[in-house]
Amino acid sequence: MRPMLKITDLSAAVGEDSEAKTILNGLSLDVPAGEVHAIMGPNGAGKSTLSYVLTGRSGYEVTGGSATLNGENVLDMDPETRAAKGMFLSFQYPVEIPGVPVMTFVRTAMNAQRKARGEDEISAPDFIKKSRDVAKTLNLDAEMLKRPVNVGFSGGEKKRLEIYQMMMLEPKFLILDETDSGLDIDALKTVADGVNAMRDPSRGMLVITHYQRLLDYIKPDKVHVLAKGRIIKTGEADLALRLEKEGYDGVLGEAA
Amino acid sequence: MDCCGGTTEHEDDCGEVKVKDSIDAKTVEAAKALESENYSAGFSTTIETDFAPKGLSEDTIRYISAAKNEPEWLLEWRLKAYERWLTMEEPSWAMVRYPKIDYQGYYYYAAPKAGAKYASIDDVPKEILETYEKLGIPLREAEVLLGVEGAVETAAEGREKPRVAVDAVFDSVSVATTFRKELQKAGVIFMSISEAVHEYPDLVKKYLGTVVPQSDNFFATLNSAVFSDGTFVYIPKGVRCPMELSTYFRMNAENTGQFERTLIIADEAAYVSYLEGCTAPMRDENQLHAAVVELVALEDAEIKYSTVQNWWPGDEDGKGGIFNFVTKRGDCRGDRSKISWTQVETGSAVTWKYPSCILRGDDSVGEFYSIAVTNGRQQADTGTKMIHLGKRTKSRIISKGISAGKSDNTYRGLVSVNRKAVNARNFTQCDSLLIGDKCGAHTIPYVENRCASAQLEHEATTTKLSEDQLFYARQRGIAEEDAVALLVNGFVRDVLQHLPMEFAVEAQSLLKVSLEGSVG
Ligand SMILES: Nc1ncnc2c1ncn2[C@@H]1O[C@H](COP(=O)(O)OP(=O)(O)OP(=O)(O)O)[C@@H](O)[C@H]1O
Ligand SMILES: [Mg+2]
Repeated sequence: MRPMLKITDLSAAVGEDSEAKTILNGLSLDVPAGEVHAIMGPNGAGKSTLSYVLTGRSGYEVTGGSATLNGENVLDMDPETRAAKGMFLSFQYPVEIPGVPVMTFVRTAMNAQRKARGEDEISAPDFIKKSRDVAKTLNLDAEMLKRPVNVGFSGGEKKRLEIYQMMMLEPKFLILDETDSGLDIDALKTVADGVNAMRDPSRGMLVITHYQRLLDYIKPDKVHVLAKGRIIKTGEADLALRLEKEGYDGVLGEAA
Repeated sequence: MDCCGGTTEHEDDCGEVKVKDSIDAKTVEAAKALESENYSAGFSTTIETDFAPKGLSEDTIRYISAAKNEPEWLLEWRLKAYERWLTMEEPSWAMVRYPKIDYQGYYYYAAPKAGAKYASIDDVPKEILETYEKLGIPLREAEVLLGVEGAVETAAEGREKPRVAVDAVFDSVSVATTFRKELQKAGVIFMSISEAVHEYPDLVKKYLGTVVPQSDNFFATLNSAVFSDGTFVYIPKGVRCPMELSTYFRMNAENTGQFERTLIIADEAAYVSYLEGCTAPMRDENQLHAAVVELVALEDAEIKYSTVQNWWPGDEDGKGGIFNFVTKRGDCRGDRSKISWTQVETGSAVTWKYPSCILRGDDSVGEFYSIAVTNGRQQADTGTKMIHLGKRTKSRIISKGISAGKSDNTYRGLVSVNRKAVNARNFTQCDSLLIGDKCGAHTIPYVENRCASAQLEHEATTTKLSEDQLFYARQRGIAEEDAVALLVNGFVRDVLQHLPMEFAVEAQSLLKVSLEGSVG
């Protein structure tokens, strides 16, 4: 069966033409529906770049290869179109939006996605109820949702807010970029529970992380090592444990 | 604005702000494509019109005065202003550039032929009613317009929305005023100024020109000579006006100047909230708008004056559009009185406007909340003057300027503290948001302080619409233009909060329309 996300030989560069710098260099990766894949790799390897290229951030030029979601080429779509198709990125560095309350932001997003898919808008009471439920699951203070998006939020609060948005929008394909960094021990568990609750035979997930501890909670079906712009090693869940013990040098030395 | 010693000046220019290239290149492209179709109010109405002779002379003024059947004192008043105007020069200090205005090329009075004032709404030409309907102004609310006794009250009770009484000005004359009976019951006078001249001559005589003197400035003096119509409001002592009052100005006839004159008086401990909305059809030539607004707040009175202005800004090459030269001033004449101006300026080719407060009474308060959007080739030079004369007077200025395309947006404000204004306080915050790199944002605060105990604070920021924010919103599924609108709404939120609810909603959609094509 065709994998939900299929990345083939993907290359991408950042910067102006003359000083363009290749970051992704022939990266291939398949994530079938229903599976959770972890991506680990040294700092600067290109993990966040991959997440941005998949979600359509400007400033990155795809120089080769392809990426499809359910068979559709996503690389030619607007970011908002990809979002409506179910692509969601939990940002490594969530962005502050002054003056726009969380609830307004998420409701605007939800209705925009629904509209793009030809669905009805969510009613205000339904939205508020859903928001209350999700906030409760994530131990989020309802007052926080009235504040402007991410403005003045602590590092951990920002990460939890990303997961709040994810659970509200119920995307089909989830990319979590270092969602665990900045979370305290309890919050890590809460967030992991939230993510696990989203696991579903119709959903795919890419979990970018540096640490095994997140994978203790969110059990991956596969672990990939991304280095120098490509996947250089793929293994089962135990690969993460080995990486933690032996470090990248040990594992990569063997791969090379 | 005159400024003397002790003045500070500081300017932020777009070029100094660091910006990512990708957004700018695209923005410039998009701004080029800015199209006139965006202006949904740009239709004109075919209707027979009576004009005064073209151009400006003593005869024109006599014609206007006679057409309105004015008393002798008002004709004299006009002629005095005209004489004065002849000796004045057009100001050139504002940061706006426009072709020399040929004052003989305009009509100074245009009235729908059927007659200036209509006995009942049924006599108002159908074309005019249709025009207002297209603009979404509820003139034809049957219960009001049928004039059936009691119908107003019954209809009113059944409604949840706050009601708005409307005075509609079509070119030079007021065509309809709604909710009149109900207002009369509360003792509120709300009518066109031409009617007030006849019905309440003493009130008009007592206050007209006392806030904005005839000789105040070139455009105000011109207005004093030729003002055609406008709105008169008087709220008696201790009365809280039972509904929002509103005037809609519509410029329709070609080559017509509009010179309305608004006079609002809140007597002791009275309160009124007044809304002003403006539109004009798209025309190739420039239309001239030189209004005067005078507000008087007596002891413990409060006036809230809100404007949403979307005059036609001209096409993408800067052709056509409204020249908007307006003098708006409020006089906090009594102790503890309060005047607040809230404005959303999205239209006009050229805007020159400084709603101001004279804080004369002790403990009086002046506020100015402004959102000014410029796109395409629009130019806006707007701001406020807060003149602190009384003790412990307070003023607060929040200005949000948004520039896109090749436009220029200038905040120019004066805070002046008189020697006697002990413990006066001012807080000023000017924020500019730039969309693209061909636009300009300038902040020019003047301060004249002659009182040691005054506390004056000034904050200014200039930011670029951030690509990171835009991407974050789009990643969540919000289309680019909606994302821009959302970010801009966030930027102006603390000003929008000061608009009456219904106006705030209208303002939000206006912001979106006026920024369409500014990124992409
Ligand atoms: N706009 C840019 N201009 C120049 N270099 C860039 C740009 N964006 C990313 N890079 C470079 O690309 C490389 C990959 O960055 P990326 O953020 O994808 O790494 P990462 O694998 O997510 O690292 P980390 O684990 O630290 O988050 C880095 O060397 C980074 O400096
Ligand atoms: Mg990263």
